[in-house]
Amino acid sequence: MTIISVEDLTKRYGDRTVLDGVSFSVRQGEIFGLLGPNGAGKTTTVECLEGMRTPDAGTVRVLGLDPARQTRRLRRSVGIQLQESQLQDALRVGEALELYASFHPRPRDTGELLEQWGLAGQRRTRFGRLSGGQKQRLFIALALVGDPEVVFLDELTTGLDPQGRRETWDLVRDVRDSGVTVVLVSHLMDEVTALCDRAAVLDGGRIVAEGTPADLVAATGTPVTVSFRPTAPLDLDLLAALPSVERVVSTGGTVEVSGAGPVVDEVTATLARGGIVVAGLRIRERTLDDAYVRITGGDA
Amino acid sequence: MTTADRTANPATGRTADRTANPATDRPAARTADPAADRAAVTGRALRRLTLTEGRLFLRDPAAAFFSLLFPVLLLVILGSVPGFRKHTAALHGLSTIEAYAPILVVFSLAILGMNGLVPTLTAYRERGVLRRLSASPVPAASMLTALVTVYLAVAVVSLGLVVAVGRLAFGIPLPREPLGLLVSFVLAASSLFGVGLLVAAVVPSAKAGNAVGMALFFPLMFFSGLWVPRALMPSVLRHIGDFIPSGAATQAVADSWTGHWPGGGDLATMAVFTLVAGFLAAKLFRWR
Repeated sequence: MTIISVEDLTKRYGDRTVLDGVSFSVRQGEIFGLLGPNGAGKTTTVECLEGMRTPDAGTVRVLGLDPARQTRRLRRSVGIQLQESQLQDALRVGEALELYASFHPRPRDTGELLEQWGLAGQRRTRFGRLSGGQKQRLFIALALVGDPEVVFLDELTTGLDPQGRRETWDLVRDVRDSGVTVVLVSHLMDEVTALCDRAAVLDGGRIVAEGTPADLVAATGTPVTVSFRPTAPLDLDLLAALPSVERVVSTGGTVEVSGAGPVVDEVTATLARGGIVVAGLRIRERTLDDAYVRITGGDA
Repeated sequence: MTTADRTANPATGRTADRTANPATDRPAARTADPAADRAAVTGRALRRLTLTEGRLFLRDPAAAFFSLLFPVLLLVILGSVPGFRKHTAALHGLSTIEAYAPILVVFSLAILGMNGLVPTLTAYRERGVLRRLSASPVPAASMLTALVTVYLAVAVVSLGLVVAVGRLAFGIPLPREPLGLLVSFVLAASSLFGVGLLVAAVVPSAKAGNAVGMALFFPLMFFSGLWVPRALMPSVLRHIGDFIPSGAATQAVADSWTGHWPGGGDLATMAVFTLVAGFLAAKLFRWR
């Protein structure tokens, strides 16, 4: 079931076209990623879905509502975590959550949310004294306190340490597993790979790829790279001639061979036949990271 | 739904009824909230926001001290000087502290408007507090309502302290025209808070908000007579003060205190400032 649909969304700031005919859809109960380099239009897109901005053209529907016109009604059923917003420094964590709970007809239990997001010990701590990670978790808890059907998370792991990021990912999966649709804005590939069921890649205000993280990787081809340092002279043309090899690059003594299919088998067989001993052999499967850099032309 | 129900699923932290059958329970839960229920939520939200801002106000010791306690403290200090309790012809038969009581009432309103509303709102905008609020089901304008309510309550308490301490400690008569005082006080608050909202609407940053608020507070208090009571001012300055909300407010409060209905000109000055500043503030206010 489609819960969010975006068709030909266009947004201009003055003469500058920020979104140029963006279309995608989000299904109920999935974690959908909006991926792209800074300035690609991710935040503007999500702000149009939240009713924080009015599109210049195109159709946006979230839970069947038009965010620009039925904003208040929509806000009762969605949760929003914004990039770069703060709370009052003297406001305590528990008070912030109680305050935002009072805005919703059927809020979540605040004590339970604090427990879940690791803030139970900070209930009486003032916002100004929280660490970056604690602030971030509080903002996610605020987005969830209204028991939303859709939650928008914009750069959710900003300020979290690696451990905190992984814990946050687990919690976001729990949120999805409880039936909430999650729209995640991120410029971090590992986050999208780890979390998203599907993602769209935005670049220069257009969707340049859409699908599961695996689809996105596959769409860009050349999934495997073998790199090594030959200890004896090596004829690179020999490797380039192999059937599944697409590209051979030699830089500073390191040879990098990339291609699809049995690249690894062919390369190692060739090296063995030539009696060439290699050092520092590494085999790397392409990740979304590589796919992303290729898709967006390397501005990441 | 009971508390036990809501905590029934610790694994996901979500309520048991939802996880049991999300497809049917979700829409049912939404449609069970008619318009009346939404109005109740809005009322509850505004009460909670006002309460929260009230607490935050009291957690800022400087703001709480200067608007709540400083006026009555100044009254006590002035009242401790024996000469200031004597009635003088220069002050139209009032004692110095009797002449100062209305100024101290206006002091609270002016400091709340210029050094309260302005820096608070500009900081809230700069830090994204207003933006975060506008992303909730509650309109960001609720913050203005909450802050004005809190500040009005603070000013009323401060007024009460000045009246009570003045009466009990120094024998200042109670205001003789209470209805006039009420009208003057409400217009004084609306005009000074209106100017505060307008300044908050147009200044670009919290830093500028602080500076402009301060820069306006001192002249406002000058024309209300904090340094030279209005009765002792050169007539040119007093006439300028008639067209400034703090000057008009002080005169109107003073008249009501001594048993006269406040002058139409003073009430008009405050009404015009309220309407013009309020209108412009509403037009120009930026939430982000």
